[in-house]
Amino acid sequence: MADFAALLTEQIPRLRRYARALVGTQGADDLVQDSLERAWSRRHLWTGQGELRPWLFTILHHLYVNQVRHRVHAPPLDPLPDEEPPALAPSRHEAALEWRDMERALAELSVDHREVLLLVGLEQLDYAEVATVLNVPPGTVMSRLARARAALRRALQEPPRARLRRVK
Amino acid sequence: MNPDLIQENDLQSYVDGRLDPARQAAVEAYLAENPAERQRLLDYQRIDAELHRLFDPVLDEPIPAALRLAAQHRSRAPRIGLLQTAAAVGFMLIGGGLGWFAHERFSQPGLAQESFVQQALGAHAVYVSEVRHPVEVEASEAQHLVAWLSKRLGATIQAPTLSTLGFQLLGGRLLPDDGKPAAQFMYQDAGGRRLTLYVRRGLDNPRDTAFQFSQQDGKSAFYWVDRDLAYALIGDLERPVLDRAAHVVYQQLNP
Repeated sequence: MADFAALLTEQIPRLRRYARALVGTQGADDLVQDSLERAWSRRHLWTGQGELRPWLFTILHHLYVNQVRHRVHAPPLDPLPDEEPPALAPSRHEAALEWRDMERALAELSVDHREVLLLVGLEQLDYAEVATVLNVPPGTVMSRLARARAALRRALQEPPRARLRRVK
Repeated sequence: MNPDLIQENDLQSYVDGRLDPARQAAVEAYLAENPAERQRLLDYQRIDAELHRLFDPVLDEPIPAALRLAAQHRSRAPRIGLLQTAAAVGFMLIGGGLGWFAHERFSQPGLAQESFVQQALGAHAVYVSEVRHPVEVEASEAQHLVAWLSKRLGATIQAPTLSTLGFQLLGGRLLPDDGKPAAQFMYQDAGGRRLTLYVRRGLDNPRDTAFQFSQQDGKSAFYWVDRDLAYALIGDLERPVLDRAAHVVYQQLNP
C-alpha cells in the first residue's frame, strides 16, 4: 500500500520531534521506528478517515508507557559517562545550558504530565485529540495539563542543583 | 460575564488560544486585575515557545534510513548495527561505561589488534578530510552498500544508525588492509564532524575482547573483536562523545 507508506513517511518528522522531547535523544528514534512498525501491523485498525497523526501518537504513547512500565522491573542501563560532558563549541554553549535546563525539568515531570504538556504545548493537538491519544476523559486532560504546567514552571524556576560551570 | 467565574480550565485554554472571543475577553479582564496570574500564564506561553525553539529543529533533520524503511514496511530495518557483539556487550552489561575503562588496564591489545587499529586510524585520517569524495557509495544506496561490503568481506555486516547522536550515515567504502578487504562506514553530524566505523575480518589471532580505547593525534578510537570480525569506531571527537556512540550501538543491540 504505497498510500499508507506515503502517509506514514509524512508523519515521521512530527513523530521524531515528539519522541525527542518525550524520551530525550537516546531511544527517541527507536521509539519512532517501533511506532511505525506497529502502525503497519495494526493498519486494519486505522479507518482511513480522520487524521493519521493522533492515531500514530496513540501508538507511540502505548509503546512508551509499556517501556516505562517495563523499566520499573529492569532499571535502564543508562550510565552516562562520568567524565565532563562533551565540550561544545563556544557559540553553542549558552543554548546548550538552556537545553539542559529544559531537558532536566522535563525529565523530572511524571510521564503523565510530560505527555500531556508536550501533546498540547509542542504538538498542538486539541484537547479532544489528546484525550483520545492518552485514552483519558477530557476533564483529566485539563487537570493534568494544569498540574503539568505548574510543575514544569516550578522546576524551571528552581535554582539548578548542579548547574554546569560556565566557561568564559 | 462575571470574571469571578473564571476557572483554571479557562486559563489553560487561554494559554493555548482555544477560547471563544467572549470567554477570551472575560479572561483578559480577570488577568488585568490579577498580575500574578497574568505572569503565570505568560510563563506557560514562554514554556511552549521554548519547547518549539528546542525541538522544532528536529523537523528539519534528514530522516534516518531505518525510519524511512519502517514507514515503507520494508524488511525490518535492522537495529543491530554491528552484528552480535555478544562478548563485548556482556562486558558492558556488567560494568556499564566504567567497566570499559577498568578493563583497559588488564587487557593489553595484541600486536594484530595494534596493527588493525593503526590501519583503521590511517583510513580515518585519509578519508574524513575528503570533501568531495569521502565515500565510495553514498548513504542513499545504503542497502546496496551494506550488501556489497558484506559480500566482499564474506560476513554479514551492518551500518549502525547513529542519528540519535546527530550523526547521519554518509556512506562507505571498501579498503585494502594487509591484503584483505576491510569496510569503512562514515558518519557526519550537523557540525561537519565525522565518525568512521572500520570493520575487518580475520585477525591472525582472533579472540573476543571488550571495548578498548586508544587515542592518537587528537583522534579517539574504541575497538573490539567479536568472533572473526574486528571493529574500530573512530572520531576526532572527545572521548565522552565516542563513548556515547558506542553506547548507542549497545542500545541498538538490545532494543
